[in-house]
Amino acid sequence: MAKENIFGKTKKELQEVVVGLGLPKFNGTQLAEWMYKNNAQSFEGMHNISKKAKALLNEKYQLERIEHSTVQESVDGTKKYLFHVRGTHFIEAAFIPDKDRATLCVSSQVGCKMGCLFCMTGKQGFQANLSVGEILNQIYSLPEFDQLTNVVYMGMGEPFDNLDNVLRSIEILTADYGKAWSPRRITVSTIGLIPAMKTFLEKSEAHLAISLHSPFEEERKKIMPIENVYNLPKLLEEISNFEFGGQRRVSFEYIMFKDFNDGKAQVDQLARILNGIKCRINLIRFHPIPGTPLLGSDDDTILRFQSELKKKGIMTTIRASRGQDIFAACGLLSTKELVKRKEEEDF
Amino acid sequence: MHYADKHSLGEIELFETKITRIDNLGENAFVYYFKRFFNFHSGQVVAISLQKDEPPRLYSIASEPENDEVAILFKVKPDGFLTPRLAEVEVGGEILVSRPFGAFYGTENSDYWIAAGTGIAPFISMQKNGLAAHKTLIHGGRAENSFYYASLFANDKSLKYIPCSSTTEKEGFYNGRLTEYLKTEHLDMDQSFFVCGSSEMVVQVRDILIDRGVDYDKIIAEIYF
Repeated sequence: MAKENIFGKTKKELQEVVVGLGLPKFNGTQLAEWMYKNNAQSFEGMHNISKKAKALLNEKYQLERIEHSTVQESVDGTKKYLFHVRGTHFIEAAFIPDKDRATLCVSSQVGCKMGCLFCMTGKQGFQANLSVGEILNQIYSLPEFDQLTNVVYMGMGEPFDNLDNVLRSIEILTADYGKAWSPRRITVSTIGLIPAMKTFLEKSEAHLAISLHSPFEEERKKIMPIENVYNLPKLLEEISNFEFGGQRRVSFEYIMFKDFNDGKAQVDQLARILNGIKCRINLIRFHPIPGTPLLGSDDDTILRFQSELKKKGIMTTIRASRGQDIFAACGLLSTKELVKRKEEEDF
Repeated sequence: MHYADKHSLGEIELFETKITRIDNLGENAFVYYFKRFFNFHSGQVVAISLQKDEPPRLYSIASEPENDEVAILFKVKPDGFLTPRLAEVEVGGEILVSRPFGAFYGTENSDYWIAAGTGIAPFISMQKNGLAAHKTLIHGGRAENSFYYASLFANDKSLKYIPCSSTTEKEGFYNGRLTEYLKTEHLDMDQSFFVCGSSEMVVQVRDILIDRGVDYDKIIAEIYF
């Protein structure tokens, strides 16, 4: 029988593991600190844990880490790592160095259920939720692990469709027994699964990013099926009602599509719907994916759009395009690697 | 029904309600009924759960708005989070149900309805609500017994019903997958296409329709998640 992987368990879960093995509870804390604070990759090097405890742990558990199988490096320093998980599945993580920051964009699912028209990951359909260990593995096995300053959950998948594991991974990154990061170094992006978003806001202090892409319900529906379930007015109402506090940030991601969402009507409507919400809009250039009917807005239009929004008092940034030469948009690499698509049973 | 016993699961307000009736459709597919305690539009969903401390799952309503009972259609997924336990609830047993929400509304136009498996649920509600006239329903399924409510649609002469199955060679069936039908058969590109099913199905269907020249803004999708 395969041993259970212990990597990804929280301190509380590790304490339960060791107590279950007849070991003292503090061994659980030691395990947590070795794995998440010191990045230990085997039980052997944990010198303050007894041989007896290690032997008992080794009988039932393993500390398994997955190395990346492929890496692509852009001329701008961006690197895209591909991890092979669970047999035929692939996930991606993008390392984005920028002056004094080094951000890792991590995946939370293999594939995605949300089916946004502009997203390559969505073309894989949904395959699996990543475990806490599989989420953290992208971070801890990164060659640039020690350089990381920020983590964004903006890779493959909808983080709030795998909320429990995302929250537990954030706990480990922010806990004293883990990386002890400020939650302000972490941003989680969602298309707006409202119930899970509310839970996230209550249980975490990390930043929130909303994939907006249109200020109009009917327009958003055309590119994001989620709008048929959790609509924009309700989403914004929930955000307006939440007290974000001083340092916590909510931002709105806005991919610029030519002749779709890049006009004056959208500027005016954004100003209306975001009135009263302390936020930032992050404009993103669209790099067309195979088969998409959407085109990206040109740079002049994006700059004009930014300028108009700023005139209306909305903090607006333009995300620097990174890794264009390696197709850094999530999903492209793993979809190409997905050799055989699971045969659909129902249609 | 205990209206006072509402729970906030994942921040969706849920109400305890009793199962009043169960239809077993075979092959692990069921229709559960409970007393209607809200008004809704055909195409809307409800969130359903069994426990206070677990997140609910969403199900399209498969009954008409005027009916005293609300129906939901589901198929048990052996490794699913909710359906294996939901299938163990018997008549008289309690489940937790939200008020309806969502905006996958039917129209009175000559739309295409495209569904696979239990994705047929919102179209059942729309048909029973009198919205089937002039529609074309393209229904995909693996085997003949996975065409839930097939007779409802086959007997409705106001719409064109096209069941698609690569394993069924029978009069009235298109012998091939739904995706094959969409790739090869004539479609009126000017109509709207309402699509309901898994993300894999919806994305594949959407890609095919776009490839055939359908404007993406004419494709309205509802995805299970």
